[in-house]
Amino acid sequence: MSTPEIRVGDSDLAELEPAVVQSERRRSEWLMTLSEAWRMGRTKIGVGIFLVIIAIAVVGPWVAPYSPTELVAPPFSAPDIPKLWLGSDYIGRDVLTRVLYGGRTVILLALAATVIGLGVGVTLGLITGYARRWIDETIMRLLDVVLAFPQIVLTLLFVSILGPRLWLIVLIVGISHAPRIARVARAATLEVAQRDFVRAAEAFGIARWKILFNEIMPSITSPLLVEFGLRLTYSIGLIAALSFLGFGMQPPSADWGLMINENRIGIVIQPWPVFVPVLLIGILTIATNLIADGLGRALIGIERDTGVG
Amino acid sequence: MAREAAPAGEREAVLKVHGLRIVLDPSGVDIDDEVSLQIHRGEVLGLVGESASGKTTVGTSLLNYQRRGAKIEAGRIEIDGQDVLSMSTEALRKIRGGAISYVPQDSSASLNPALRIGKQLLEILEIHGFGESQADREARRAEMMAEVLLPSDEQFLRRYPHQLSGGQQQRVAIAMAFANRPRIIVLDEPTTALDVTTQAHVLDTVRDLTRSYGVAALYITHDLAVVANLADRIAVMYAGRLVEVGTRDELFDEGHHPYSRKLLASIPDITGERALRGIRGWAPRPGQRPSGCTFAPRCDWVIDKCRAEYPPVEEVSPGHTVRCWRYKEVGAQAGVFETVELRDKSLSQRAADVREVISVRDVDAYYQHKKTLHDINTSLSERHCLSLVGESGSGKTTLARCIAGLHPHRIVGDIEFNGKRLAREARDRPRATRQAIQYIFQNPYSSLNPRKTIGQILSQPLGVFFDLSRSETEDRMADVLEKVALDASLLSRYPDQLSGGERQRVAIARGLAAEPTVLICDEVTSWLDVSVQAAIIELLASLQRDMGLSMLFVTHNLALVRSISQEVAVMTEGRIVEFGLVDAVLEDPQADYTKKLLSDTPTV
Repeated sequence: MSTPEIRVGDSDLAELEPAVVQSERRRSEWLMTLSEAWRMGRTKIGVGIFLVIIAIAVVGPWVAPYSPTELVAPPFSAPDIPKLWLGSDYIGRDVLTRVLYGGRTVILLALAATVIGLGVGVTLGLITGYARRWIDETIMRLLDVVLAFPQIVLTLLFVSILGPRLWLIVLIVGISHAPRIARVARAATLEVAQRDFVRAAEAFGIARWKILFNEIMPSITSPLLVEFGLRLTYSIGLIAALSFLGFGMQPPSADWGLMINENRIGIVIQPWPVFVPVLLIGILTIATNLIADGLGRALIGIERDTGVG
Repeated sequence: MAREAAPAGEREAVLKVHGLRIVLDPSGVDIDDEVSLQIHRGEVLGLVGESASGKTTVGTSLLNYQRRGAKIEAGRIEIDGQDVLSMSTEALRKIRGGAISYVPQDSSASLNPALRIGKQLLEILEIHGFGESQADREARRAEMMAEVLLPSDEQFLRRYPHQLSGGQQQRVAIAMAFANRPRIIVLDEPTTALDVTTQAHVLDTVRDLTRSYGVAALYITHDLAVVANLADRIAVMYAGRLVEVGTRDELFDEGHHPYSRKLLASIPDITGERALRGIRGWAPRPGQRPSGCTFAPRCDWVIDKCRAEYPPVEEVSPGHTVRCWRYKEVGAQAGVFETVELRDKSLSQRAADVREVISVRDVDAYYQHKKTLHDINTSLSERHCLSLVGESGSGKTTLARCIAGLHPHRIVGDIEFNGKRLAREARDRPRATRQAIQYIFQNPYSSLNPRKTIGQILSQPLGVFFDLSRSETEDRMADVLEKVALDASLLSRYPDQLSGGERQRVAIARGLAAEPTVLICDEVTSWLDVSVQAAIIELLASLQRDMGLSMLFVTHNLALVRSISQEVAVMTEGRIVEFGLVDAVLEDPQADYTKKLLSDTPTV
């Protein structure tokens, strides 16, 4: 640095911290991250789109004009408003109806998989970050092995061995997230575990698991929140991809991923049963990604302003 | 440079600050107000104040620099007659590091980690166009290095900042600040992070350089003892205003403001002749300052008028100004110091029948594969306080943590508690032992969980060690808070709503809640202002005496030792070099290291 840099003492910085920031920070970190993220346009857009798609998935089945399995027209009929808004699919079912029905499974399965991944990942991250030494080394190296496989390959491997069962898909997708979440949780834990309040709890002889969940966990919620948003995006993509490959929902279920696969042969004459599910899955992942991005930026902003991570 | 013609016989003021007011933008809350001061050639002005008093803000404003959120609202700052506040960005860039330079608290953060120090030193000369040629600048660089007592050989200059010790880094920063022969230098607590020995070197360097260059220096600190032997004049700042300005002697011998006197009384005295007295309460932050005289809530001299109106600047004698309604009465009262003993002096004779509570025998400790403690033998007697003194890296904290069961590495030898061998880790010790030995951490900003209320924090030991009902827990918590002079209303607060001193009291209360017999205090005051430190020491001394605690007091400050303990162990490089009764060790030190430590400790 060319001129002596002007740096302000920490004690003096504290005096300038706006009172508002202070009161929010101590309540709970993740609430603060949320409110900070909400101030950003990208988060609002993300949440908006996400809610619209959730609404389609939740309300859809009630407003659908037909039953999802009912044959209403010849295969690959072109749209005929107002009878067939999006035309019919490869065996003559109403595409609009199947679109309205087909969102639930993707969203639910993706959420379930993400929650499982978060649970397993956070637990492993807390344990490795706190225990250090050989436990850390062993678990992290094992997770590296899991990380070495692309998630889709790993999932396909297990599904092809054990068969296309829904619970299995959710479980495998969740577990394939765990190493990445564990790394984030571990990094945050390492830093918090250094602080003296953890030493103080140790000196009292408080059980390790209580230290992990009562002392350390509340301080690492923000990075985990960001991670949740990001992993949800990947879950949606993965679950849809598995359906497309025929390992997810089985016919005759209405499912966006499955629809793309079933109708791709007719894409030239009747593109809607492929195009609309693709579009919705794409928009959904963009929305969750925008939310995760907003949270991530909020987190960085908060760390920069307060020095608290 | 335009220079004001100084009247004959009067020294020229290099720096003039008049009516400076700095506010928070946009709230308009004042950080500093009505700050006026002058510094002459070759003079060091000590600016003394507690945390959040606004002293750093004044220091950086001399460079016309305000951090985010602060704004200079009124006032004039003149350097050699030039108005700094109306300068263009270009002109400012020229005088910063040229006519006026700044030495920050933490120089490790101000040196560029990617540049060799030799290059950095040359760079600042180049930027300000020093000398005719590269050879000139290199000669100047060698001169500077010699002045700050650092080697100027190629090998040293090729080092990166991280390859230097903290003291060396700070001296490089000082060399950079003096490089372009500035008119004014602002030093912002440059020795706070340093050991006393290093601090003594740095203070010597600053003193010599300001005198020989005729530089006007502003030395900002919270510790009066540091400026006692350095500053020609001292300005005492409280809540953003200068409450008293005078020469060193005027302030130390006949302070006219209650706050100046109290600050002085809070300096630990190595001779043990006077008592350590803290100032109750804490300095208010901007926006929370009371109306009228801001010091009124903490003042013993307060009258109704004080609460209504801020006192004007009064002149005690030429150059000695004070802002207090009752300055005449305060000044008339002789004797700044009391001579009350905090520690129980009757225990100072080591009786043969005193029981050892903690015995440390032939202990070696390792950090990973490195041996950090060598052959430690010491003991803590019942109801006594043992001080463990040493500089950073001496192993004093390691030893304290070994005893507390917080050193999860290899320990060889015996640590006994009431004659029974202690397990290495607290977790493996019986509950009664974990309860009996309590450890207070150095940093109250890290030892309290920021996500928990004070109530949740205090209930932790109660839940582990006692089987209490909800109301009994509440009663106990109120009890321990009262013991550390805090109000029970704090129970629902979070740590970041408290000041540093309050946090440390909560940490002590948490230790006391376990009803221990042994209290280990690890540098518990090193993060606190001197005035707050004194109050915490007072508290610990009275708790130890009244509750009959055996206390291990770890500190780097030899001056504190007499105020609290009966015995002292001096540590360096992982060894105890001297151990004995406090008075004996301080009056007739045997080890060379103790002698050096004693001579380097700043005294008033």
